[in-house]
Amino acid sequence: MSETRSITTAGAAPRALRRPPARLHHSKTTKRQARFGYVFVSGYTLLLIAFGLLPTLYALFLAFTRNGAFVGVDNFVRVFNDYRFPPAVLHVALYVIYWLISLLVFVVLLALVVHAIRVRWASSVSRFVFYIPGAIAGASSVMLWLFVLDPTVSPVSALLNAMGYESLVQVVSLDNLPIVFTIIAFWTGAGGWIVIQYGALNNIDPEIMEAARIDGAGAVKTAWHIQLPMMTKWISYMGIMSLAAGTQLFVEPRVLSQATRGVVPDDYSLNQLAYLYAFRQGDFSGSAAISIVLLAVALVLSAVFIFRGRLFESD
Amino acid sequence: MTDRSQTRRRSTTPRQWVSKILITALLVGFAVFFVLPIVWLLIAPSKDGRQLLLDSPFSFGSFEQIGANWNALFSFQDGVFTTWLGNSTLYSFGALALTLLVSIPAGYALALVEFRGRKLLLMTTLIVMLIPNTALVLPIFLELSALRLIGTPLSVILPFSFFPFGVYLTYIYFSTAVSRDLLNAARMDGAGELRVFAQVAMPLATPVIALVGFFNFVGNWNNYFLPFLMVGGQKVPVQVGLANMLANVPQFNPTTATSTVIELPTLALATLLSVAPVLIIFLFSQRFLVEGMTAGGTKG
Repeated sequence: MSETRSITTAGAAPRALRRPPARLHHSKTTKRQARFGYVFVSGYTLLLIAFGLLPTLYALFLAFTRNGAFVGVDNFVRVFNDYRFPPAVLHVALYVIYWLISLLVFVVLLALVVHAIRVRWASSVSRFVFYIPGAIAGASSVMLWLFVLDPTVSPVSALLNAMGYESLVQVVSLDNLPIVFTIIAFWTGAGGWIVIQYGALNNIDPEIMEAARIDGAGAVKTAWHIQLPMMTKWISYMGIMSLAAGTQLFVEPRVLSQATRGVVPDDYSLNQLAYLYAFRQGDFSGSAAISIVLLAVALVLSAVFIFRGRLFESD
Repeated sequence: MTDRSQTRRRSTTPRQWVSKILITALLVGFAVFFVLPIVWLLIAPSKDGRQLLLDSPFSFGSFEQIGANWNALFSFQDGVFTTWLGNSTLYSFGALALTLLVSIPAGYALALVEFRGRKLLLMTTLIVMLIPNTALVLPIFLELSALRLIGTPLSVILPFSFFPFGVYLTYIYFSTAVSRDLLNAARMDGAGELRVFAQVAMPLATPVIALVGFFNFVGNWNNYFLPFLMVGGQKVPVQVGLANMLANVPQFNPTTATSTVIELPTLALATLLSVAPVLIIFLFSQRFLVEGMTAGGTKG
């Protein structure tokens, strides 16, 4: 579910400057500049209002009303009491936990290892190889993994058979799904993060690394005591962004549900449930209530990161 | 640097050998994990359904079979696959044009022009940028269905064009790469704001235009959730169409009642073609991309 967009956000980030924009003292020039500024941001501001602000406000309105009448938190209570809601929360939570662990362990480890490679071509080839699956996202990556996970056609059918699986339906059984989704998400998304963590490692002052080496610290000690602490910001960035993206799980269970004719339930994740509320039950208020909960989680995570993390400085 | 690494290499201890082997195994293992599915996907369309099930996974079928699968795919439901590709092209390029038209000036103004509300807009952009784009899909759907705009190409293109990350990227680029003094000098010379933008800033903006364009296009081409809600029938893009094809694959759907069935190798070909444009862009721009992504880290 990780998207290139949030992944690559980090790349450009640390260059943010504190410099304020040019202030010309001539008031006429300032006024002319201001007018020009408004014209230039007008298109973007309109889109921001139309597809950021208004949908949020409208979803809020729907979530707190029913057929136009204010009903307080009734819609939320109804959704939370839906027998499908607690399992969906559990499914998403399990998936997010697995996914975060896999990112925190393997992305950091691979970034450290790739950074330690002295042979230039080996380092850039491995980064490229890790990164290229990022091109295959959305429904296409799930489709590809349908093949890989189907023991009858899989390139790793021997492995699947050895694990006791003989059909796709067995592989994607309910208990396996958090792992299956983790593998798919890791396969598409990890490479982008590896490249970003690699960039963060490059940013560490070589003299500090040199000093550690002279003091007799080995690669593992240097990584643990110097590189990891200096990467904390970027690691927490990855964690928070992935947590927010992970709660949005939709396309993976949706396509698997289509492929297995309901062995993977069509109400597996929260977003699927919100979709069913709107499309099958025609209950837009319930759908809006779930979206608002998910949106609130994403907003809180984003705000916490901006105001506490200090990674993105506006000026 | 080289001197030291050479002396180090000469005095490699058995312990270092072990760690070297472990590290190589780790790297190779993950490289196989990342590449194997792609290699399989490239080979699968060269086989027929029987070969895919019985032959070794990495054996090549034949070129004739690629042609046969190709024909099967493009004649499926009177060439609906071509329609899907066309829809994806329309949505992605329409959104790309609009995004660039809107984001580049906005990022420029946020970085280099003083106006009231600038900070508020910047802060809002930051917060919205860090929200996963899927979080707003259902609210946008609810809004557009209240406005009765569902099912139109604009219901996909307009939300695709709202790209705060692109604005932020442009903002960062202009506030670091373009010197304010240069702009002020042009202003002193009597150049209007529009001329300053067109003749001083734009010629320097090519890298950021490419970067914003890339992320926008790739994200939109691969987007499933938003068009899945907004459009249906003949108007769906290839990502949504691909998933819908599953209904015609007997292996996944034995009760399929339709007369046209899709064989697995044809489905693999469809999967490959659905990502082909993005895959090609990735292959040709990888140096530029990796540099762009790490630029902040290395120069910061």
